[in-house]
Amino acid sequence: MPGLRARLWQAGLLLGFLLLWEWASRTGRIDPFFFSVPSEIAKRVWRWFATGEVYPHLYVTTAEMLLAFAIGTLLGVVFGLWLALAPGVAAVLDPYVKALNAIPRVVLAPIFTLWFGLGLLSKVALGVTLVFFVAFFNTYQGVKEVSPIVLQNARLLGARRRHLLAHVYLPAAASWIFSSLRTSIGFAVIGAVVGEYLGSAAGLGYLIAQAEGVFDTTGVFAGMAVLMAFVLALDALVGALERRLLVWRPKEGGGR
Amino acid sequence: MSLLEFRQVSVAFGDYVAVEGVTLRLAPGEFVSLVGPTGCGKSTLLNVAAGLLAPSRGEVLLEGKPLKGLNPLAGYLFQQDAILPWKTALDNVALPLVFRGLPWPEARRRAMAWLEKVGLGRFPRHFPHQLSGGMRKRVGLAQVLIAGPKLLLMDEPFSALDVQTRQLMENELLRLWQEDRKTVLFVTHDLEEAIALSDRVVVLSAGPRSRPIGEFPIPLPRPRDVAEVRLTPEFLRLHREIWELLRGEVMRAHAGA
Repeated sequence: MPGLRARLWQAGLLLGFLLLWEWASRTGRIDPFFFSVPSEIAKRVWRWFATGEVYPHLYVTTAEMLLAFAIGTLLGVVFGLWLALAPGVAAVLDPYVKALNAIPRVVLAPIFTLWFGLGLLSKVALGVTLVFFVAFFNTYQGVKEVSPIVLQNARLLGARRRHLLAHVYLPAAASWIFSSLRTSIGFAVIGAVVGEYLGSAAGLGYLIAQAEGVFDTTGVFAGMAVLMAFVLALDALVGALERRLLVWRPKEGGGR
Repeated sequence: MSLLEFRQVSVAFGDYVAVEGVTLRLAPGEFVSLVGPTGCGKSTLLNVAAGLLAPSRGEVLLEGKPLKGLNPLAGYLFQQDAILPWKTALDNVALPLVFRGLPWPEARRRAMAWLEKVGLGRFPRHFPHQLSGGMRKRVGLAQVLIAGPKLLLMDEPFSALDVQTRQLMENELLRLWQEDRKTVLFVTHDLEEAIALSDRVVVLSAGPRSRPIGEFPIPLPRPRDVAEVRLTPEFLRLHREIWELLRGEVMRAHAGA
């Protein structure tokens, strides 16, 4: 954890940046039409929440994102475990995994819109294609890096396959999976927002696209600010969960 | 009948023959040490006994029957830490019972008794990284013993510990062994440790193609204290006698390396 001193610097930096932006916009050094003004953005965000007009959009984006996150992670972990524990299957599927992962996901959005419609499902699908690979590669790597000594020991102590899965492979992969969760959240948001941006009737991405359509930069920045705060909150949540579940890990750079 | 018997066992890794034509019998309740220079295939023989490695030639008999797959009677204490870093000391010890189908509460209750036996009654909730090297070894020992193996395989288990902790652990091991006299196959490169602990010391030749070249019964009275027994004339005589043979192999291993 950073100390109080670092915290003050962090707050100061943000404040300084916002003040500079505000001052530059108000004095005409930068064009408010293109860059908006922080106080206006804050007012817009405030109005969104005060009138409640942002809630349906926030709700839709959250739902899409959480679904993409959960489904993508689950599939990724399951496939990661499977391929890591079945090297034969992994050898066969390897080029396909690489090929699928090579597709820039944005180009899938139109296809998913055709397949799944303009609603929630097409955004979830887009998010899943992003989240899946992060969880998959991390789980695969985590399982591959289990210490062979620990594994042999567990087997000699009588562990069967399901015991190994529950007590050796999954916990060993957990720190990898957790680090992937934090990346995944970002990807789930990208999936949801990009999907909305390209075609939808609700969500923060839709909100931003609408604002952009009428050259309302304040609206665009306000949407971005809400998204940012939202992702940070989720990230903190996963971080807290991680600290709880990985208590067994030695603290970095300290202790025995 | 021997509990464990190697019959003309050879192990090759590709072209490299680690051990060749090893024949060795362990009587029930016997404490046997394998000593030899580094790289003489001591750990290879343990892995064969554990069933982790199949011999290229020859066979291993367990209570007279050929061993296939993992050795069901064996507990294996590895040189490196092999306990699970994500489980507490108590859960690590309880784990073998859970693998056998016991519910966690019952397994933990019995594990607590074993933790106390190895002197860790005050640390059930500590994770391995919070324990010292010696304490982790004790957890490992309790974890292996709770499953009730008839055969204990030990691969230089105390080599990473400092001298004091090491003697403490050796005495601890003898005390626990004295209780129910398991058969022990103990691998070490430390001749003093081998003599102080064992009923019999087997000297292996330098690798490759390593094999037993001498067997020495250790008639020192039990119970022993590993620190005190080292000072007796009988110990020194045995040490001189075995070292005579071992020295040549150590030299050869050095020349080869």
